[in-house]
Amino acid sequence: MISKLDNALNFHQTALNVRAARQEVLSSNVANGDTPNFKARDIDFSSVLSDALSSNTNKTGLTTTSPMHLSSSSGNSFVSDALYRIPQQPSADGNTVEMDAERTRFADNAIKYDASMTFISGQIRGLMLAIRE
Amino acid sequence: MSLFNVFNIASSSMAAQSQRLNVVASNLANADSVTSSTGEPYRARQVVFSTIQTGGKEAGGVKVAGIVHDASPMKQAYEPNHPMANAEGYVTMPNVNVVDEMVNMMSASRSYQNSVDMMNTTKTLLQKALTIGQ
Repeated sequence: MISKLDNALNFHQTALNVRAARQEVLSSNVANGDTPNFKARDIDFSSVLSDALSSNTNKTGLTTTSPMHLSSSSGNSFVSDALYRIPQQPSADGNTVEMDAERTRFADNAIKYDASMTFISGQIRGLMLAIRE
Repeated sequence: MSLFNVFNIASSSMAAQSQRLNVVASNLANADSVTSSTGEPYRARQVVFSTIQTGGKEAGGVKVAGIVHDASPMKQAYEPNHPMANAEGYVTMPNVNVVDEMVNMMSASRSYQNSVDMMNTTKTLLQKALTIGQ
């Protein structure tokens, strides 16, 4: 029963996590809009989400026995899936942030994060209704 | 919770941009300072931004890596009556380009606004996340 509840919410939970990671990457792009040689990055939402869903909810990390070991996942595993953007108009200082495009994606991602939260709330409401009946 | 990291990134950007604004203010205020405590005319300062790499490929904020002196040549103004004028009557003026500084100021203030906006959006999202299931 509990696993059914977990399965019901798993998709949107993972989607929210990927959205949050993408929000972080996009905010880093905006913050570094004036940094020379900064390369803008982005997360391919659909491929990262399907990877995360197929690899059984959470990615399993390596066990490290020394602080000198390289960790397989550095805190947020989704952010490490970010790819470099191909700029349309790179600037002379080597910066590839296109502020208008970044702000558009940031707003788009925020709306979709909001949408995922609305879906998850609706699911919870449905489940609560089923429990009460 | 990676959304909280947006706050760190945005605040690092705000700190860096306000420092840039400070440097612009210093340059504009000293655009006519022909001498200083060292006896030299004022040299324009510029900030150097760099990405904060917390390790690995994580998304990073921005920091001011350093403040450099502008290497462009100093302006020479012909003012023979000026007390700082040399034998030929020229006064060495600061190499502050007022137009450049105004553009710098606008860019810094827009970037600051961007960061504030990002922070507000993220705050709204987090507040909504707190009401999931209610």
